[in-house]
Order: sequence, then C-alpha cells, then structure tokens
Amino acid sequence: MEKRVTFKGVWLPLLLVLPQLVITAVFFFYPAGQAVWQSLFIPDPFGLSMQWVGLGNFEYLLSDPYYRASFVTTAVFSVLVTVVSMGVALVLAVLADRLIKGSGAYRTLLIWPYAVAPAVAGVLWMFMFNTRVGVVTWYLGQLGYDWNHVLNGTEAMGLVVVASAWGRISYNFLFFLAGLQAIPRSVIEAAAIDGARFWTRFRTIVWPLLSPTTFFLLVVNIIYAFFETFGVIHTITAGGPQQSTTILVYKVYADGFVGQDLGSSAAQSVILLVVVSILTIVQFKFVERRVHY
Amino acid sequence: MAQQNGMVEKRGAGHWLTHAGLILGVLFIFFPIWLAFVASTVTQPEIARPPMPLLPGGHLWQNYSKALTSGINAPVALMLFNSAVMAIGIAVGKIAISLLSAFAIVYFRFPGRHLFFWLIFLTLMLPVEVRIVPTYEVAANFGMLNSYGGLILPLVASATATFLFRQFFMTVPDELAEAARVDGAQPMRFFVDILLPMSRTNIAALFVILFIYGWNQYLWPLLITTDPSMNTIVMGIKQMFPSGDDLADWPVIMATSILAMIPPVLVVIGMQKLFIRGLVESEK
Repeated sequence: MEKRVTFKGVWLPLLLVLPQLVITAVFFFYPAGQAVWQSLFIPDPFGLSMQWVGLGNFEYLLSDPYYRASFVTTAVFSVLVTVVSMGVALVLAVLADRLIKGSGAYRTLLIWPYAVAPAVAGVLWMFMFNTRVGVVTWYLGQLGYDWNHVLNGTEAMGLVVVASAWGRISYNFLFFLAGLQAIPRSVIEAAAIDGARFWTRFRTIVWPLLSPTTFFLLVVNIIYAFFETFGVIHTITAGGPQQSTTILVYKVYADGFVGQDLGSSAAQSVILLVVVSILTIVQFKFVERRVHY
Repeated sequence: MAQQNGMVEKRGAGHWLTHAGLILGVLFIFFPIWLAFVASTVTQPEIARPPMPLLPGGHLWQNYSKALTSGINAPVALMLFNSAVMAIGIAVGKIAISLLSAFAIVYFRFPGRHLFFWLIFLTLMLPVEVRIVPTYEVAANFGMLNSYGGLILPLVASATATFLFRQFFMTVPDELAEAARVDGAQPMRFFVDILLPMSRTNIAALFVILFIYGWNQYLWPLLITTDPSMNTIVMGIKQMFPSGDDLADWPVIMATSILAMIPPVLVVIGMQKLFIRGLVESEK
C-alpha cells in the first residue's frame, strides 16, 4: 500500500525516523548482536579475557540436563497456563453471551485484573498459599492436606500456573466475548428452530466460527506464558524447588545475573530469540488468516 | 416483540445458572484482591496467627500511612512516583517517536524507507526478557543505572505503535494532504494541524495500553535499579520481604500491593472503551 500524495524532501523524513532508529539500534540491535557474539565465547574465570568456543556453549547447553529440564518445564507451564486461562475465560464468555442484559456489567467486573501486574498477582497468590500465614494453606491443613509449595515441586508448579492464568482470564474473556458476539444471531436461532440443543449448537456452530479467535489467543497466550510471567515466578518460587519452576526466561536471568555465566546466558538468549521469532511468525500467519476470514 | 424471540436465551433455572456461573467467576477474580485488602487493614499479629480474619480490621490508616511515608526500604510514595515517571515516560516516548516515524514512512519517499520499515518490524521479535544481559551492559556503559533514562529509554522502541499509526495514516483521505500541499503548507504544519488532531482517539487508546505496560514492568527495573529510592512499586514489593527467616511485615506489604494496583486499575475501569479499543487494535 502506498500513498498517492506525498511530500517532497529527503532530510526531513530522515530526521523524523532518526529518534526511533537510534533507540532501536542502541537498545535492540546492538544488544541482540552482542548476545549472538557472546554466545560464541566463554570468559576466563577472572573475567579478563574471552575465549572463542564456537558453538561450544550451545553444545554444552543442549547436553545439560538442567537446561533440557527447563525446556520441558517451560512447555508444561505454558500449556497449562494457556489451557487454564483460556478454558475459564471461554466458559465465562459463553455465559455472558447468553445474557440479554447485564453482560456489560460482568465485563466491567471481569476485565480489570488485566491491569494487575504479573509480579503483584504473584505476591497475592503467594500470600494466600504462604506456608506460615496463608489462609488457603490453613484451611487445607484443616482438611488434612499439608500444602507446601516451598518443598513440593508439583504444588509449586500448580501455584505459578494458577497465579499466571488468573490475571490472564480478563484478556481472553474480552476477546472470546467479542468473537461470540460477532456470530450472527440468525445462524444460532435457525439451528435452535431445527431443534439443536445448546451443546449441539455450541459444538457444530459456535466453536467452528470461533476458531480464528481461539487460534489467535492460543499463540498470544503461549507468548505471554513464555516471556511475561517472569514476575510471577520470581515472586512466588524463584525457580524452585530444585528448579521445578525454572522456565527458560527465568534461567537466562538466573544464569546471567545471579550465576554470572555470561556465555551460557547469551547462548540461551539466542535460543529464545529463535523461539520467539517462530512464535511471532506463527502469530502473523494466524492474524493474516483472521483478517481474511 | 424482539424480546420474545427467547428460544435461544434460557429462561427460568438456566437463566439463574448463567448468573451463578458468572458470579462464581467474579468471586474467583476478586478473592485474592479481597484478602490482600483485608490484610492491609489488620495488624501483624492477626496475620501471624492463622487463619487471618476475612473481614477488614481497623488499621487501614496506620498501615497505609506507614507504607507511604516510610515503607521498608524506601517510602512507597517515592516508588509510586518512580512508577508514574516510568509509565508516563514510556507511553509518551513510544507514542512520540512512533508518530514521527509513521508520518515519515507514509507521507515521504526517502531512500532506505523499506529497510527502515523492516528494521522496526524485526524489533517485534525481541522482547527485553530475551536480551537482558547485553541490554543491561549498554545501559551500564551509558551510566544509566539508577536513573529514569535507564528505566525508560530501552523500553521506548516499539514496532506496535509505529505499525498502528502507519495503518491509521493510510486511511486518512489523500485529499487532505493534497489540499495542504496546494495551500503551500509545510509538511510539519500538516502533521501538527491536521494529522495529530485526527489521531487523537488512537493516541489516547494507545496511551492507556502503554501506561499499563510501563507501570507493570518488573524484570527491567529489577536489573537497572539497585538503589531502593529508584525502585518502582511493582518491583519494590518483592524487595520488602526479609531475606532470612523473619516474618514479613504483611500488612505494609499488602497495603503496597493494593497501592500498586490502584493506578492501572483506575485507568482500565475509567477508560474502558479506549482500553478495549487499544487492546484490540494493538494486537492486530
């Protein structure tokens, strides 16, 4: 797409793009280049010089059981966060869509957790399940269940999944509700006249027509779970116990800043870069589909 | 009557079940926040002996004023101020540079235009989380640690905002630019007098989204601010927990959590229409 009418001049437009160009170069391309470059070296123990190791950092990483475990952890975590937050949001959106009046009020009540930072959500859930003072922990204790996510990896994973999914329900709800409301009433009513019950209508009409929204949300939620849940993990479990909640992004931070292993952290950044590129391309393909739908 | 075509909308028991389901959802969303609020109105001993009360106590004022004026490492009022500077700085910065570059891309033919466009496109793929170590080094080399510049600038480059404005400018009728050119108006005149006023709603919608994005940043402020007086509120909460086995000062920490939520939540509820519009458009 091109504009038919344009202004003359070469210096003015260059001046106009300059601020964005400078910031992008300094804070995006240079650091990304650095990450690729550093991933090919290891620093000596005193940090005085760098030794070229080629793809050594990558080979080491891929044979490192902790790193491979982190891949699995990330996959489990993202799938669970996506399924839980999308599932709850879909149910709520279908319910709100059934109302003739009042769906606006529920929307207002349901969307605002979008504004709660993942790190704050982490603190809230950590408080409820705190091993010493948590309310939920105490009531679970009364029921005879001994909750301790500080020692139990499965419980830790459950907690970070719920805390991450909780804040994300609003976003998914909003998109699902918009998708549902875009389905023509006449189609659904025609099916109802033919005697299709709610569940049949949902399975054969609503769900297929909703699929572009579902695909879009699937990709966006996986990206969210991969990159934006750092705050939840850092506040609740700090990756533990025994690395059971160390997702890839957390490991880049833990190895790079806490462990000071720059070569490995840089190599992990490069791998993440590839992952996020693939996800972005997939996202664009789906968005493209959605536009043409 | 239109109301009578209720063959799809359930009546009776089904109708109430729908409401019951939605109310259950609302309760699930509210419960953690309610507990945080209750915890911010009681005393430390009441929390230390579980179960804590489920209804607010009478210490709201003490806890909040203690948090705001002294906090634990730094007064929370200061952290709120830092967060506001960061969030507004990121939102204004992103919008400003994106408006300028989108204007250049759409309304001029200049060498390197396509290259520039693709360079911006690539930044979509590089969230801060992925390149933290080298970006941190760049900021450190510029002496930007513990500064507002360091909090804001690395997060200002944005492909999304540039694309959004580009898309919008494409829909602006050519006749307007034509008329401006015939009248002998300078490009910047056209930009300021015609294009900016027309973009008002888009700018506002984007501002809402970017303000929340900036306010809720966690990892970057965690790296860049080591001085507690430069902490933002969202990352500062975690710093309020004691490192050892001591009991955390829960009432003050929960008061801080509530304070950290209030500004972005007010923005979302107060500007719901703009928020939804911004959300839907920035994801396209």
